Amino acid sequence: MRAVIVGCGRVGAGLAERLARVGHEVTIIDVSTDAFRRLEEDFPGQAIRADGTDEDVLRRVGIEGADWFYALTEGDNRNVLAAQLANETFGVENVVAKINDPVRAEAYTMLGLATICRTRLLIDALARFTGLEPDPGATGVRDVESHHDHGPVESDGGQPGAMAGAAER
Amino acid sequence: MYIVVVGGGKVGYYLAKELLEAGHELVILEKSSDRARQIADGLGSIVLNRDGCEGKHLAEAGANRAAIVAAVTGDDEDNLVVCQMAKHHFDVPRTIARVNNPKNEELFRHLGVDEIISPTRMALASIEQDIPVHELLHLAQLMGGEMELVEAQIGEDSPAVGRRPSDLNLPEGCSLFLLLRGESVQPIKSDTVFQAGDKVLAVSRSDGEAMLRRQLIGDGERAGAAVGS
Repeated sequence: MRAVIVGCGRVGAGLAERLARVGHEVTIIDVSTDAFRRLEEDFPGQAIRADGTDEDVLRRVGIEGADWFYALTEGDNRNVLAAQLANETFGVENVVAKINDPVRAEAYTMLGLATICRTRLLIDALARFTGLEPDPGATGVRDVESHHDHGPVESDGGQPGAMAGAAER
Repeated sequence: MYIVVVGGGKVGYYLAKELLEAGHELVILEKSSDRARQIADGLGSIVLNRDGCEGKHLAEAGANRAAIVAAVTGDDEDNLVVCQMAKHHFDVPRTIARVNNPKNEELFRHLGVDEIISPTRMALASIEQDIPVHELLHLAQLMGGEMELVEAQIGEDSPAVGRRPSDLNLPEGCSLFLLLRGESVQPIKSDTVFQAGDKVLAVSRSDGEAMLRRQLIGDGERAGAAVGS
C-alpha cells in the first residue's frame, strides 16, 4: 500500500518510519530539508523537499493512486488545503488532516473530512488522568460518521464526496 | 449590506475603503496588531485585531449576519478555510476568496467558494496585453473559467492565411466571431478569408486553446516570432 505524508515534524516523521518499517511504500514531503533529519538514516521511503499544498507537487510525487494521505504540517489551514486537494482533486479515499484548533477540527469533521485534533486529545488524556469523565469526541481520528477510534487502514465506504455535497448545499 | 473582510493587506485595505465609500457596513479582521493599527488610522475603528481563521473570531465579527465574507489574505489556505467556515458554520450566503496560486482556483470553486479573485491571473493577463505581438491574448474568462475569450493575431506564417473558417480544424465548442482588419471591425462569416495582420476574436473552451493556437497561429517559434517582429 502507498502512503503520502505532508509535513515531516515529529508526528509525520514518526508515522512515516512506522508505516515504512512494516513494508508500506511511503513518500514524505516537507518544505524544509532540515526536517528530514528527524527520519532515521536508513529510512526506506522517499523524502521530497516540496510544498505539499501545491497541486503540481502532489501529482509529481505520485499522489494519484495513493491509498492514504496524511496532512500533518504545523499549519491547520495548510493541512485543510492539502487534505482537500488529495481527496477532491486526486480522489484519495483515506485522507486525514491534523487540525489543532478544536473549533476548526469540529467544523471540518462535520464537512466530511477525517481529522485529528492534538489539542483535544491531550486535554482529554490529562482530564482523564485527573479523574474526569472522558470526552467522547476526543478519540483518535474522527470522521463524520464514526466517532470511535478509526485506524487509518479501514475505509468503511466512508463518505466519498460528502464534502462536495456539503459544499454545494 | 454587512460585509466581513479577512486580511488587511493592500487588497483588504482598498477593498474596505471602496466598500465603505459605497455605504456598506463592514469589519476587517487583521491578525497583525501593527497592521491593524495602521488600518484603523486610515479607515477608523472598523478593525478587529484577530485571526479570521478562528471560528470564534468570525463569530465575534458577526459573520452570522454577514451578507458577504471576503477572504483576501496572502495565503490561499487561510482564504479557503475562512470561506468554508463562513459558508458552513455561519451560513454566509456569499463568500469571496483571493487565490494567489492560479492552480487553486478550480479546487476553491469546487469546494463551494462563490467568487474567486486572482491577482496573479490579473497581472498575467495585463502583462500579456502589454506585450504588443503576442499572438494569443486572453481577454476574459467566461462561465467560471470553462470558456475563454481570446484574441489571435494572424501572422505571415499562420496556417490560416488564405483560408476560410470552414477550412480550419477548430476545436469543439470554439467559435470565431469577430475580425479586426486595419481600422475595420467585421463579423466573421463563412466566406471570410483570413489575411496576415488580421486579428480574430474567438470564444473557446479552455482545454481547446492549444488546438486553436495551432490553427490560427501555427506551431513553431511563438516566442521568437513575438520578439522578432
